Amino acid sequence: MTAEHLQIIQFTVLVALAATALMLPPGIALAWLLARGRFRGKALLETVVTLPLVLPPVATGFILLRLLGRRGPFGAVLERGGVDLIFTWKAVLLAMTVMGLPLVVRTARAGFEQITRRYEQMAATLGAGPWRVFFTISLPLASRAVLAGALLGFSRALGEFGATIVIAGNIPGETRTIAVAMFGYLETGRDDDATVLLLASLAISFASVWLSNQLAQPARRTRAAPRASALPRARPR
Amino acid sequence: MGVEGAPVLVSAAVSLSAALEELGSQYTRAAGVPVRFNFAASNILARQIVEGAAVDAFISADEAQMGLVADAGLLEAGTRVVLLTNRLAVVTRGDWPRPLRQLADLGGQDVRRIAVGDPAAVPAGVYARQALERAGLWSIVEPRLVPTVSVRAALAAADEGNADAAIVYRTDVAAARHARLAFVLAPREAPPIVYPAAVMTRAPNAPAARAWLQWLRGPTARATFERHGFGVPARTP
Repeated sequence: MTAEHLQIIQFTVLVALAATALMLPPGIALAWLLARGRFRGKALLETVVTLPLVLPPVATGFILLRLLGRRGPFGAVLERGGVDLIFTWKAVLLAMTVMGLPLVVRTARAGFEQITRRYEQMAATLGAGPWRVFFTISLPLASRAVLAGALLGFSRALGEFGATIVIAGNIPGETRTIAVAMFGYLETGRDDDATVLLLASLAISFASVWLSNQLAQPARRTRAAPRASALPRARPR
Repeated sequence: MGVEGAPVLVSAAVSLSAALEELGSQYTRAAGVPVRFNFAASNILARQIVEGAAVDAFISADEAQMGLVADAGLLEAGTRVVLLTNRLAVVTRGDWPRPLRQLADLGGQDVRRIAVGDPAAVPAGVYARQALERAGLWSIVEPRLVPTVSVRAALAAADEGNADAAIVYRTDVAAARHARLAFVLAPREAPPIVYPAAVMTRAPNAPAARAWLQWLRGPTARATFERHGFGVPARTP
């Protein structure tokens, strides 16, 4: 492994981690909304959230480019704000976040749906507001699913290629991720270099998907009952 | 329309796409042989052929990529010719504020991003690197380069306004929608830009490929190539 490989791997893992952190708040919120909410347009929201999972990644990149490129509606806003996005590491971050988000939403949603509603209702009757119920009952009970979703989102981010190449390009030391670099190596006949990156991504992805699968299996103990400490104590009135 | 023969499959540099599409349908009308194209950056095409792609003919944008195929022993003896020549050009994004008149202007502080085919492999990028090196500008300009997968992707980056400038072929400028031609490099500023063509030893349809390449060197094709801005070298006996 050379310094070049190391830089590419480090960069990719760091940005994928940051992307995972960015996916979580909207991912959990959307998962909760889809699991619990009843509102008009739910089916539409569900479909839109899933789109990046099934669209050709290049198409997602194209949409982002059209929206955020200098000629796009938001590109002009970014430019006025002095934010340089396209062909920078921020574009890599954005591509990874958008591509990983549906996996967080879908996995976390399944987790929320598995929770026995009665615990939430009990907490509510004991005087906990909806936020408190969410943070002390729902989220802890769904935490394994959320974590599993985060790991899947991270794995997806790690391998992102199509959207990345469109909006972030292939700038050495700046936007070149494992997938993009591997493609570049293959293009130029540098198969040995491609193999190093292949092995690195195999190792990271294997570990992350394996862990995610372990977590996604419903744990018997957490399904049975939340620990007493997780239940909000009724405030004396 | 006459009886159609078996199609000829041609892998050709993407810079030739407009001219060859036109010539392909002309040829099909004239000779009754359909011509199908696989357009990409020549380094990708060369790689595909070396890995076993069964194409009939290859038209590369530089000698280096044709050389890779030749070294693999895949060129039919006596069929390699220099079909065309071209020139490099610099384009700027549509709303670029000041004129660029010469290569040295790319060294200006305000030119932040310059899209080029990957200078490690894509012919247009390799030519661009050599031209910048000749001008003593490489070290200044290199950090600003956005390497792309093909010369057309470099053009697209300037077209969309996401790169300030791009180094492309003179013949690509006609395909620009928003980007504007800044200047064409003089022949002495860049290495000779040539398009070698050859029939492949593994060609499924070698006789038709030979006839097609022969026709491409004739007067009809010459007129079309010249109209698209390519140079046609004097035919050596």
